[in-house]
Amino acid sequence: MPTTSFLGPALGLSAILFSLGVAGVLLRRNAIVLFMCVELMLNAVNLAFVALAQLHGASGYIMVLFVMTVAAAEAAVGLAIILAIFRHKQSVDLQNINLLQG
Amino acid sequence: MTEFIFYFFAVGAVLGAVMCILQQNAVVSAIWLMSTMFWLAGIFLLLGAELIGILQILVYVGAILVVFLFVIMLLNLTRAAPDIRGPVSLGTTIVVIGLLILELAALWRYTPRRLAADIAQSPMLADPSAVFAAGDLSRQDAVARGVVGALAAPLFQTYLVPFEITSILLLAAIVGAVVLAKRKI
Repeated sequence: MPTTSFLGPALGLSAILFSLGVAGVLLRRNAIVLFMCVELMLNAVNLAFVALAQLHGASGYIMVLFVMTVAAAEAAVGLAIILAIFRHKQSVDLQNINLLQG
Repeated sequence: MTEFIFYFFAVGAVLGAVMCILQQNAVVSAIWLMSTMFWLAGIFLLLGAELIGILQILVYVGAILVVFLFVIMLLNLTRAAPDIRGPVSLGTTIVVIGLLILELAALWRYTPRRLAADIAQSPMLADPSAVFAAGDLSRQDAVARGVVGALAAPLFQTYLVPFEITSILLLAAIVGAVVLAKRKI
C-alpha cells in the first residue's frame, strides 16, 4: 500500500487554483464574483492541507475543518455587507463603491 | 488508472475555475465554481481524506454556494456589461500569476522522498515514513477506529480550545450577518 500519493501534483493543482483565485479577485469588478474567487482560494489552501496531511497526520484535516468554518462565517458576513451596500447604491460594481476614498 | 482519474479531476477543477472567472453572468459563474468544488471533493477522496471530501460537498456546495445563489437572486442583477478591469489591473494580474506559476513549478516536483530529505537535511533521499511518523500513525489510527473516529480524538483533545473559539466565531458571524442585513435595528 503506498503511504502517500500525488503529493507533488496535488500541491501543484493547489497552486494553480490559488493563482486563478487571485486572478479573479484582481480582474473582476463584481463584488459577488470576487467573493466566489476568495472561496476558490480557500479551497486551494484546503487542497494543500489535505495533500500534506498524508505525511503529517490528522492535524491537517482538522485545519481544513477550521478553514471551512471560517469560510462559512466569511461568506455569511460578506454577503450581508454586499446586500447592505446594494440597498444603498443599487449596484455591486466595485467601481461605484468608493466610500473610503476620501 | 488512479493517476488518470486524478488528472481528469484536476483538469475539471482548473477548467471550472477558469470559467468561473471569465463568465460575465454571476449565476453561471457560481455554477462553474460548484463544478470545481465537486471535482475537488473527488480529489480529496483520492488523497485519502474521505471525511473532508464529503464535508466539502456538504459545506461548500450545500451551504456556501447556495447562500451565494440566494444573494444573486435577491439582488436580481441583470446588467450584461463586461466587468473585467482595465489594462493596469491586467498587467498586475499577469505579474502575480507569473510569480505564482514559478512557485508552482517548484512545488510540482515534490515527492514525499524529496520533502523528507529536505526536512531531515540529509544529502541522500531519506525514507519518508521515518521522517513523517505522524502520517503513518494517523493512518493506522484510521484503520483501527474509522476515518471519523481518528479525527475525533485530536479535534477534542489537542485542538479543543481552537474548536471552542470557532463556536464564538460562528456566533459572532450569525449576529453580524443579521445586524448587517436588517433594514432597521
